[in-house]
Amino acid sequence: MAALEVEGLARHYGEREALSDVSLSLEAARTLVVFGPNGAGKTTLLRVLATLLRPHAGAVRVLGSSLPDEAWAVRGRIGLLAHEPLLYRELTARENLRFHARLHDVAEERVEEVLEAVAISARASEPLRNLSRGMVQRVAVARAVLHDPELLLLDEPYANLDPAAIELVEPLIGAASGRTRVVCSHDPGGGLAEADLVLGLRAGRTVLLRDATAVGPGEIAELYR
Amino acid sequence: MRRTVGALLRKELLVELRTLESVPGMSLFAVTTFVVFHFALNRNSVDGDLASGILWVTLLFAAILGINRLFVADAEEGGFDGFLLAPVDRSAMLVAKVLTLLAYLVVLEIVAVPAFALLLLGPSLGGAMPGLLVTLALGDIGVAVIGTLVAALAVQTRARDLLGPLLALPLLVPIVIGGARATSPLLALSHPTGAPARWLLTLGLYDLVFGLIAYALFDFLLED
Amino acid sequence: MYGKGLRALSIATVAAMALALALVFFYAPLEAEQGFLQKIFYLHVPLAIVALCGFVLGGLLAIQHLRTREARWDMRSYVAIHMSLIFAVATLITGSIWAKGSWGHWWVWSEPTLVSFLIVFLLYATYQPLRFAIEDPERQSRYASVFAVTAGAFVPLNFIAVRLSTAYLHPRVLGSTSNLPGPMALTFVVSLAAMALLFATLCKYELTAKHTRAQVRALRRRLTGETGAPIRRRSAAPSLQPTAASAGSATGSGA
Repeated sequence: MAALEVEGLARHYGEREALSDVSLSLEAARTLVVFGPNGAGKTTLLRVLATLLRPHAGAVRVLGSSLPDEAWAVRGRIGLLAHEPLLYRELTARENLRFHARLHDVAEERVEEVLEAVAISARASEPLRNLSRGMVQRVAVARAVLHDPELLLLDEPYANLDPAAIELVEPLIGAASGRTRVVCSHDPGGGLAEADLVLGLRAGRTVLLRDATAVGPGEIAELYR
Repeated sequence: MRRTVGALLRKELLVELRTLESVPGMSLFAVTTFVVFHFALNRNSVDGDLASGILWVTLLFAAILGINRLFVADAEEGGFDGFLLAPVDRSAMLVAKVLTLLAYLVVLEIVAVPAFALLLLGPSLGGAMPGLLVTLALGDIGVAVIGTLVAALAVQTRARDLLGPLLALPLLVPIVIGGARATSPLLALSHPTGAPARWLLTLGLYDLVFGLIAYALFDFLLED
Repeated sequence: MYGKGLRALSIATVAAMALALALVFFYAPLEAEQGFLQKIFYLHVPLAIVALCGFVLGGLLAIQHLRTREARWDMRSYVAIHMSLIFAVATLITGSIWAKGSWGHWWVWSEPTLVSFLIVFLLYATYQPLRFAIEDPERQSRYASVFAVTAGAFVPLNFIAVRLSTAYLHPRVLGSTSNLPGPMALTFVVSLAAMALLFATLCKYELTAKHTRAQVRALRRRLTGETGAPIRRRSAAPSLQPTAASAGSATGSGA
């Protein structure tokens, strides 16, 4: 069974269509990369898959559970890396991660594990307010993978990260992690390289939905015109 | 559920201890207000109805300060999403926030009531304490429940500092009625008596009804 | 078409109001103590009762909205509360006139109904600012519904609390309605029915107007081929989602 099954998904914002008739199917351990200009609906799609927004029409099945009715069953198996780090600036990295660990019923040792993995252990006891944006992003990555999710939803994950940091988080959230991934990206070259399936959105509608091997960077650039 | 509430409470208290943005402000506001009342009413000491009224109004307005800030950290720092992504019962947030606000109110009263007794209150508090504690407890629960509900409503709006109090105050009028009426005989100058059971019952019932309503409605405020 | 039965309802309302006015002025006896002024009772109390029921109705409609998530329930709830607020203001004004006439003061704290109305009015006056302050239309509807349910539950509780607090101060100034003599009771009941019909008719007018406007907008969009976001001002009123099908068909989206 596919990890993600979306059929005719629609979501409106007042009288405007944020997403309209979006359909796709993604196998487990594969990567879907979503391209599109700002306002195309990429973030909305991600948030629907994350169970944060309910679909207004259409059918969505994530990891076997249909949304929104069975969202509770699948929440603990999804990791979201959004535009915001979803962390409290006044608390330290360790306190933030411990809080999330308790929410997800994850052992405390795991917190130290991920802190090590993103190389933040040295500054894990300082309030996030004192850390640079790149470091906060690393802590956000740690938060996203803390509970070892099967599905990763990543909204422009490499923004704010320098090449060294990108190398660091690759094994956690990259293709090598073996998890099913949906990535929103503005980078045609890099995005295509890691994609198995490509979705191009414009104004909430599907403009392009193809296997990554059948798509060239030029077509991606077209979307933004 | 209990684990989730515990985790949320720890986070709340940690953030409050780190930022100290609610409780000191509320307490200071209360004490300052007593001073303002002294000058506004031109009285050195008050008792009975007047004392009861001043105490409750001051506590109420100080509580509003806390209510305004209750969800701000979550709304601004993406705390809602973080919580909404977790496989937990969402009512835990309501319980945790009500308990947090309750804790703030208790600390507020620990500062404000002695300050009141010192600055403005005529009769001594000694005998009135048990009755006062019960009344304050019942009133606090009501303020905490309604305050949390209103705070959650207001935080997602553009004029949250203004709408919060405007929504909360009418809803809190019955609590003021019950609380002030119950406290007034406790603070009477001559022949102070116990708090009338009728008002305590009113407070208790109001707390119960709104507790149930808040519990039923809160989830709708969180989800999208 | 949405406006089914609107004409029949309007006619019934006008007839009922005419009958009520006739009864008030020609049939109901003059009250011994207060004289002619007492007749404002036939306006004030029905206004009050209808407004209160309207607020509670708004809460019930909001519950339905929260359960089904259909915009039309939110629209109905909005209109009911909106209309009740107007009726509540009218209640306060007529109550004030009555108080001035009988007691010499424009406002009396000893009349628990009036006081409760003031508090309820202050609460519901925040309904539209609350809606206006939330831009996301879905969220606006949802939060408004939560407010409507809370406020709807508050209305009876508030009345009880205020009545308890004034019971021991003064006797009721404006009298109770429980033991009215025959002719007065009849006049009162007819006035109440007329007021309720007026409320229902006005609500229906407003709902019809909003539906029609939404359909016009949808048609316009279809005709001009616009698919992009329509530029609408921020509004406190809920917006309807007439589908392209309903905008074109004769039977419309119905009630």
